[in-house]
Amino acid sequence: MNVSAPLATLRKTALNDVHRQSGARMVDFSGWDMPVEYSGIIDEHLAVRRSVGLFDVSHLGEVEVRSPHALELVEHVTSNHAARLQDGQAHYSALLYPSGTFVDDILVYRLAVDHYLLCVNASNQEKDYDWIVSENSFDAEVECTSDRYAQLAIQGPRAVETLGKLTGTDLTAIRGYWFVHGEVLGAPAIISRTGYTGEDGFEIYVPPEEGDRLWKAILEAGREFGILPCGLGARNTLRLESAMSLYGHEIDDSITPYEARLGWIVKLDKGDFIGRDALVKQHAEGVERRLVGLEMRGRGIARDGYTVHRGEAQGWVTSGSPAPFLQQNIAICMLPVAAHKIGDTVEVEVRQRRVKAEVVKLPFYSRKQK
Amino acid sequence: MYPQELRYTKEHEWVRVDGDTATVGITDHAQDQLGDIVFVELPKAGARVQSMQSFGTVESVKAVSDIYAPMSGKVTEINESLMDEPEKLNSDPHGAGWLIKVQVEDQTELASLMPSDKYLAYIEAERESS
Repeated sequence: MNVSAPLATLRKTALNDVHRQSGARMVDFSGWDMPVEYSGIIDEHLAVRRSVGLFDVSHLGEVEVRSPHALELVEHVTSNHAARLQDGQAHYSALLYPSGTFVDDILVYRLAVDHYLLCVNASNQEKDYDWIVSENSFDAEVECTSDRYAQLAIQGPRAVETLGKLTGTDLTAIRGYWFVHGEVLGAPAIISRTGYTGEDGFEIYVPPEEGDRLWKAILEAGREFGILPCGLGARNTLRLESAMSLYGHEIDDSITPYEARLGWIVKLDKGDFIGRDALVKQHAEGVERRLVGLEMRGRGIARDGYTVHRGEAQGWVTSGSPAPFLQQNIAICMLPVAAHKIGDTVEVEVRQRRVKAEVVKLPFYSRKQK
Repeated sequence: MYPQELRYTKEHEWVRVDGDTATVGITDHAQDQLGDIVFVELPKAGARVQSMQSFGTVESVKAVSDIYAPMSGKVTEINESLMDEPEKLNSDPHGAGWLIKVQVEDQTELASLMPSDKYLAYIEAERESS
């Protein structure tokens, strides 16, 4: 078996020592030395669905845009309608190329009317920063501030009770996709009711030097609920069950939001933005291919990149994995629109063998249905 | 942790030889590296495996790994219980998590396998280099 490869020189989050000392298994995640699992992906996944889990997501990048013209730049480079955000509100959005395909998917936080924080993928942060700067004809101030934040995600139905022990902020008053400037154990924090797991929870942005202390305090606060520290392995299976996109899989520089079922973050009527012309055209003509959900019916697990067959038509698996909560083998795949409808049977090629799968509705999991 | 009566490969399989029958599995180190194992694919009894070639796969939640045959021979038995309980590979890799039994054709192929102390040193060295 080939089980491990030597690591090159990797970037480390402020919590690297904590991860290594607590026995997490570390991997190279797009240039970062990150924990993939602590006690095991399945246990960590179930802890988040049933109770609470804690993730270090400090590898995510932050880009801040300021100045009286900040909003103009943000509106120009993103597809969602940033002008509709209020102070303390965030939304999911996209940085797009003129072709309407993804530079990255991001969260946009409005800190103030003249100050926005963009949370971007770790692997894309330099590319995103360069892209935004190259499009900045508005004289806005653009700054990469990734080094100023450690980011922790507290996720699961017990997240409110866990984090609530450590802050004077009324967490229940923060609605989904809103945030506050508060404190956690005396450390200044952006406390955001967001996440990437399909559960209720928070993402907190804190000074890197506070990372260790807060990590340990959150684990202690959640101990009575059976909190588990979680790695990127569970983060991936949780987001896949909830059918949330991952850059490099569901979306990339060849895929548009409509193809990725993310039309809701494209606001064609907000005014001009990069990629709009291409998307107006695609919206009028309709897409030729689209992401669909699959549940494996035969014995086999669909993995990223496997070929999917439906008659003559072909597509590929963008993400596939066992789903620990649903106890199904699930996959998202890109298929020609004409080739599928809900309930259809398709075949996934698993090591020269064709395994049957059923086209199902997305998301696979929604906490409202639990 | 690594029983002395077993022999080990650099690809992290183990072999237990009993006369001309060899039982093959993956090591504790291998299962630990893979994480939660959820799927096992094995050849049918009667198939022939070839030394150093892949004879099956083990899948954890996050990864697919090939398993290599430590020696050539005919498969006499496979561990059917793993189809429903692949987690045995995590809980008892050197025992109940065995994969296949092979009728050994050439005993000299076994000579190159490592005893437990050498295997332990091998994985320590592998760990330090990572």
